[in-house]
Amino acid sequence: MIDTTAPSVRIRMPAVTVRQEQGAALTPVKITAEQLSFYYGRKRALEDVSLNIHANRVTAFIGPSGCGKSTFLRTLNRMNDIILGTRVEGSVTLDGLDIYGPSTDVVELRRRVGMVFQKSNPFPKSIFENVAYGLRVNGMVGSRTELQDRVERSLRAAALWEEISDRLHEPALALSGGQQQRLCIARALAVEPDVLLMDEPASALDPIATQRIEELIHELKRTYTIVIVTHNMQQAARVSDTTAFFWLGRLIECDRTDKIFTAPGEKLTEDYVTGRFG
Amino acid sequence: MTRRRFESGVELCLRFCAGLSVLVTGGIFLVLLMGTLAFFRDVSPIDFLFGTSWTPLFFNKQFGVLPLVAGTFLVSLIAMVVALPAGLATAIYLSEYAPRAARRTVKPILEILAGVPTVVYGYFALMFVTPALQQILPNLAGFNALSPGIVIGIMILPLVSSLSEDAIHSVPTALREAAYALGATRMQATLRVVLPAALSGISAAAILAVSRAIGETMIVTIAAGQQPRLTMNPMVPIETMTAYIVQVSLGDAPAGTLEYNTLFAVGMLLFANTFVLNVISNVLRERFKARYA
Amino acid sequence: MSAAFHRLWRTLGDRLLQVTGLAATVAALLVLALLLVDVFADGLGRVSWQFLTSFPSRRAASAGLFPALMGSLYVITLTAILAVPVGVGAAVYLQEYGSQGRLARLLEINIANLAGVPSIVYGLLGLGLFVRALGFGRSVLAGSATLALLVLPVVILATREALRTVPQEVREGAYALGATRWQTIWTLVLPMAFPGILTGVILALSRAIGETAPLITIGALTYVPFAPDGIMSPFTVLPIQIFNWVSRPQADFRVNAAAGIVVLLCLLVTMNGVAAWLRDRYQSRGGTT
Repeated sequence: MIDTTAPSVRIRMPAVTVRQEQGAALTPVKITAEQLSFYYGRKRALEDVSLNIHANRVTAFIGPSGCGKSTFLRTLNRMNDIILGTRVEGSVTLDGLDIYGPSTDVVELRRRVGMVFQKSNPFPKSIFENVAYGLRVNGMVGSRTELQDRVERSLRAAALWEEISDRLHEPALALSGGQQQRLCIARALAVEPDVLLMDEPASALDPIATQRIEELIHELKRTYTIVIVTHNMQQAARVSDTTAFFWLGRLIECDRTDKIFTAPGEKLTEDYVTGRFG
Repeated sequence: MTRRRFESGVELCLRFCAGLSVLVTGGIFLVLLMGTLAFFRDVSPIDFLFGTSWTPLFFNKQFGVLPLVAGTFLVSLIAMVVALPAGLATAIYLSEYAPRAARRTVKPILEILAGVPTVVYGYFALMFVTPALQQILPNLAGFNALSPGIVIGIMILPLVSSLSEDAIHSVPTALREAAYALGATRMQATLRVVLPAALSGISAAAILAVSRAIGETMIVTIAAGQQPRLTMNPMVPIETMTAYIVQVSLGDAPAGTLEYNTLFAVGMLLFANTFVLNVISNVLRERFKARYA
Repeated sequence: MSAAFHRLWRTLGDRLLQVTGLAATVAALLVLALLLVDVFADGLGRVSWQFLTSFPSRRAASAGLFPALMGSLYVITLTAILAVPVGVGAAVYLQEYGSQGRLARLLEINIANLAGVPSIVYGLLGLGLFVRALGFGRSVLAGSATLALLVLPVVILATREALRTVPQEVREGAYALGATRWQTIWTLVLPMAFPGILTGVILALSRAIGETAPLITIGALTYVPFAPDGIMSPFTVLPIQIFNWVSRPQADFRVNAAAGIVVLLCLLVTMNGVAAWLRDRYQSRGGTT
């Protein structure tokens, strides 16, 4: 976070490097952030962030703790609106429409841009009811059979169906950590979003569960646009097509993942990915 | 969009519920004020506040409220003499000396003391405490201020105890440890360091307890008598402000009469007193929390 | 003073403080025990089925509690119906909708002040507002409305506590799926907070059932030879019946009073026991709705 009330802080900020992908077919742009700044009260947490997120790709946000990557993620589905005293400057557009515009239905936005949290947060209900929740509150299903159908499809898409098909009506909180997180993914997928935001989805999981989540992400990107925040650089390298490096509330560099990790354009990026600071 | 309208409708309903609490305060104030103003049309405020004879229901009507105030004051004083030292001692014992198991069992039992209906305490004061005291003090009248005073003190003891304990607990351990490191015993640390540090919290507790004692009704109605008397003698019948209100309510003074309006004048005086005390207590508590939170 | 004497004095002082504290605590507990023993000794013998189902009478031996019990039942039920929706609604507003601003802070202070107003003042409010201005008369409705206002702060505070225990991540999970604030509250937060709210409501009602002064003030009668026959009917309640009996000079009526107290205390123990049981059950379950 940049503390604008401390004038003695003077760092030479590198210009943002956003290179266009060469060669591989560019998918259309799904989300665009334009000069986005974000304030918690008077503290500026994000400064002039501009980047594109392409459809059906996995975009990873990396950077040290407190660099603003989670804050930026949450601006994409306006989850920061819940916190009082926050302010946004600049714009974020989804399929060309400004999500902070006056005519935007925030509730509908959040259905289209789903979110999975760092610590899995299943509701204290059964597995079935967890996945059905989004469908119910959005009024998306008519009949019981349609509901059951959609719940099954979402659980399959989250690679959880095989494990729990026989205990759909048992408490969700009885599942293991990895299963709970996949349940949260299924729950998010049930409302048929376009975009899935994942805030460090595997950081609380063991390596095997983590691997399953990563495989799942690889599957999901065929249907959805995925944005993932991670503090694990190897994970970013494994899972994403595009990587954006944040530092102290600014976007330092955003490019194809292989380039970021082998030949980054900025010294700061290079220092971070080679582990010179954490 | 109907969903948005529904949401704002719900929020409005809920805001109204929350706002109702303000209406209650306003209502209390308004009802008391109207009755008091009606009362002051017939009796001057000076006579009311400074008169020493209260005989509104007799043939020769006098409306000096001081006897009622004196009765309330006397009973509350006795209650505090019982509750403050005992409550404080209990609080010190539970927070500084008692083993944790004892604390866990004793605290809920003390809370029971606070939960007993006041009618039951009134019975206890009249049927047990007064006769018992009469063994020691043969001059004690059947209705007196001493017995209900003591019982009210017992009733508010848990309040003093638990609030004081919270205050003592909030004092940082660092302060205690500093005292111990200098070689103080528990008593010295407690009396010279912890209690002074917790003073505003304990004062807040004491003031709140006084407010409760002043507002207490049934114990005094049952055991203190109905003879307004400007006295500090705890052995004779007296009447408190609250007992007077009950007395009139049990009678059949028609609405709008002077006797009826005395209810609200006395009620206003009572409310004003407890309100001021509560506000002072809250201010003290906030200041205490600000220092140690 | 020699150093040794000073040390002895200090240790003695420490012991003294400890003993004083222990004595005060024991004394308080002893008084409670004394009170219970006294009341039960006086009254337990008088409690019988006849006692619970008879009407008051000029003869102590045949007097009973029935109208008072019925009156208490009517009043408590109606008080709950009036106080719970308003109290829960107010708490939901304060806790879930804009709990920062100056307005919310003012409301909080106001509610805290209301909790400290003497109960008889609520009776005066009831008298002026419900009995007179709104014309309810000296009825069950006026009594319940008065008590509802009295216990409102308790319900609000208990509900806020229960709402606070619901983790924020549950709300965030629901918002992220496109649920509105009220949908989240109604389908997730309130069900999760329900046991805590229920406990608070039972505690508030157990306070209300013992209240005497405000009901006397609004005109509950002390000699009522009939059970209430509707919410506009005159009535009496258990503590007022006890008060009425205790005020009579005859010793037999005093025994009736003690018996009435036994019944009242048993009711209270039951209610608080249920509340405590609910609290335990909620904590151990960890919540599956």
